[in-house]
Amino acid sequence: MNTQDIRAETITTEPTRALTAKIFGIGGAGCNAADHLARANFNGTFYALNTDAQALEKSQIQNKIALGNRRTRGMGTGGDPDLGRTIAQDELQNLKSLCTGVDLVFILCGLGGGTGTGAAPVIAQVAKENGALVLAIVTTPFDFEGTRRQAQAQAGLQILTASADAVICLPNQKLFKILDENTTFVELFKTSNEMLADAVRGVWRLLTDSALKPVDFADLCSVTRARHAESAFAIVEGVGDSRVDQVVEKVLAHPLLDSGEVLVQSDAVLVSLIGGPDLSMGEVNRLMTQINRNCEKANLVFGASINEAYTNKLGLTLIASRSAKSDLKPEPALSADRNSPTALGLDRPQFLDPANTERPVSRVVAPVPDLTTEAREQLIAAGARRGRKKVSRLQKELPLEIISKGRFDKSEPTIRHGEDLDMPTYIRRGVALN
Amino acid sequence: MFEPSNIIVGLEIGTSKICAVVGEFNSAGALNIIGIGQARSNGVRKGEICDPVKAEEDIRNAIVEAEQMANVEIRSVFLGVTGNHIRGFNNHGVHPVVSADREITEDDVQDVIKNAKAINLPADHSVVHAVRQLFQIDGQTGITNPVGMFGARVEVDVHVVHGHVNRLKNPIRAVKSLQLDVDEIVFTGLASSLALLTTEQKELGALVIDIGAGTTEYVVYCDGVIKHTGVLAVGGDHVSNDLAYGLKLPLGRAEQIKIEHGGAILDESSKGQKISIPHELGLPAKTINLEHLRRIMSLRLEEILSLVEQELAELGLLDYIRAGVFLSGGCSRIPQIQTLAENIFDMPVSRGSSNSISGLKSALDQPEFATAIGLVRFGSFQQKRKGKPTISGGLKNILGTIFQK
Repeated sequence: MNTQDIRAETITTEPTRALTAKIFGIGGAGCNAADHLARANFNGTFYALNTDAQALEKSQIQNKIALGNRRTRGMGTGGDPDLGRTIAQDELQNLKSLCTGVDLVFILCGLGGGTGTGAAPVIAQVAKENGALVLAIVTTPFDFEGTRRQAQAQAGLQILTASADAVICLPNQKLFKILDENTTFVELFKTSNEMLADAVRGVWRLLTDSALKPVDFADLCSVTRARHAESAFAIVEGVGDSRVDQVVEKVLAHPLLDSGEVLVQSDAVLVSLIGGPDLSMGEVNRLMTQINRNCEKANLVFGASINEAYTNKLGLTLIASRSAKSDLKPEPALSADRNSPTALGLDRPQFLDPANTERPVSRVVAPVPDLTTEAREQLIAAGARRGRKKVSRLQKELPLEIISKGRFDKSEPTIRHGEDLDMPTYIRRGVALN
Repeated sequence: MFEPSNIIVGLEIGTSKICAVVGEFNSAGALNIIGIGQARSNGVRKGEICDPVKAEEDIRNAIVEAEQMANVEIRSVFLGVTGNHIRGFNNHGVHPVVSADREITEDDVQDVIKNAKAINLPADHSVVHAVRQLFQIDGQTGITNPVGMFGARVEVDVHVVHGHVNRLKNPIRAVKSLQLDVDEIVFTGLASSLALLTTEQKELGALVIDIGAGTTEYVVYCDGVIKHTGVLAVGGDHVSNDLAYGLKLPLGRAEQIKIEHGGAILDESSKGQKISIPHELGLPAKTINLEHLRRIMSLRLEEILSLVEQELAELGLLDYIRAGVFLSGGCSRIPQIQTLAENIFDMPVSRGSSNSISGLKSALDQPEFATAIGLVRFGSFQQKRKGKPTISGGLKNILGTIFQK
């Protein structure tokens, strides 16, 4: 999707109760992405938040919020997420007033630095507490940026997934797969920004541009809320008579979807389709059956819209999300008196939460209470019942994570319809032996 | 011995074995298989060479064995190629006949085929075969050879098999490093079908599935021409690997058990049965559940065949296959695989045998050799096209080469 197309596609139709959206660009990368989106006539209120006053000055967004002037005097955080977090918490009241009465909050940021990694979870939490649906759309750093930044980004992502409703994470490193070697460095970052902006636009289009097949706001909520998902997305286009086939082929071969494998594993898939007035229901049907076949288990939310600019063309934005493997506990509510000073799990000691930790059985055995035989039998029976129940409750299914491919470990994988055929069939089909 | 062009050698570099078959035209001009050499293959995965040094050694062993058996010297081979990168599709070519009397000449036929070959392949792919299907003259369909007919416009459908350039070069390089020439490369699926099918079966419509160790190739014939080809990089190795993983056995043992106790269908009789594997050097005795063995195998084989069936169903080709399905390759030896395939394809299934060639009877019946024998058969067609080698012709050739020097 290039800028011309986007400009032509300014949102025109609004649902009866217009949704309000605010887009927060946080940190350097976030502001750039928000800038990019604002330039493309996106319909929403933009805010640029940064600790670096100089960078903020350059931003073309009107609502600029300089963070931490008191603490850092507008010099930035120097890549320290803890500082970024503390600064955001200083501005809690201010942020709260920004987030009231908003339906949808988009948070754009690049994880790995100080401001984005530290402040984004705070803002997400505040917005969520004020009743907004929070979609964080973030990038993780390139590998060449070093392991420390990568570790910070991963820790930040964990906290963010716990506090936002949905996180769409674009690992920047994957851009190497879709760009060729000769791409300029400037273009690399531009593509990264474009990807973030495209994701916002895809979700927004899904909600508002409802000409052919509308999507409910509630639909989106049901897919994203409380799923703590990790997501991947793909944006593809097809032109001409074979546009449907082109789109399907491109989706299944998309590097960001790991050649369709992500699609098979996903729990929820959002598909936003945009076509010209010549888009036929047959084409839509053909496209959706093919996509459906690849993600049979997933909850599919589908929206389609019509745009003059897309005559003889077909654009598709697909967001696939999967429940996180580890069920993270959401961050404790932020309040003035319970401020955790070191928030990121990098160097935080692992203290047990006294409320939620089961105590081990004491070694000291209490003497048998003096009871009648009847009462004793009752107690024993109740104990046995309780015991059995407890056992069945504790019995968990262990995840099958490492499946060795044996002699095909090092050969090129054979992938058909998004399935890795080198893996034993009975495991992929979930057939139990015994 | 004086006439090297009388000998046609097919070389298949397979995942489990490398096989060289020597064929010769007998005095009546018919093809006769006179020698076979084979070696265990170590440097090949999924039909493609992954260790050139080992592969070269194995190829040498196979060639030497074939030379000894046939008592000939092998100078060039028809080489079978396969792998996940190979694709087949149909294309259409058109050519206007320009001559004044509108009689179609051989040149027109070559031109129309050239037009049909001009397709946009991916940049790094090259054509392995362009097999002509049927010609159309001014809309009249079903013409097999238009030379000498009249018309203003010739059209042709071709089936193009193409593959990745560099990956096609790997086996060629391995053969050339042994000071052997490669006459031509041939898609192994096509070779198998040449060995197994008779002309009547091709006319009726037939499907050949060659399930080897590393890859499964399939070729569909309808109305006497090739309509579809494909490769799936899954085969017997995957079955062994699944068993090794599921039954917790070393790969070698899994393979042995697959051969001794394997079966394609999970039937009632295998339920609750145990097999004990005797103690061997370094490996303890073990009992395994026959039901598990069969279940793992049947799921994998069913998947392979279903993937082929799905692909053909999508192309709408299943209704045109009237002679049935012919299986070859090592996996076609698995008991009851024919029943399994019958259930999936809903048509008669049989294990193919290379009956249309004479020679070593023991070799012709083996489904493993179908590809290599097919390569020889492919070679024989090429030789015949160039002109039947006769003694006088051969002498002329030899004299010609002497005088050139």
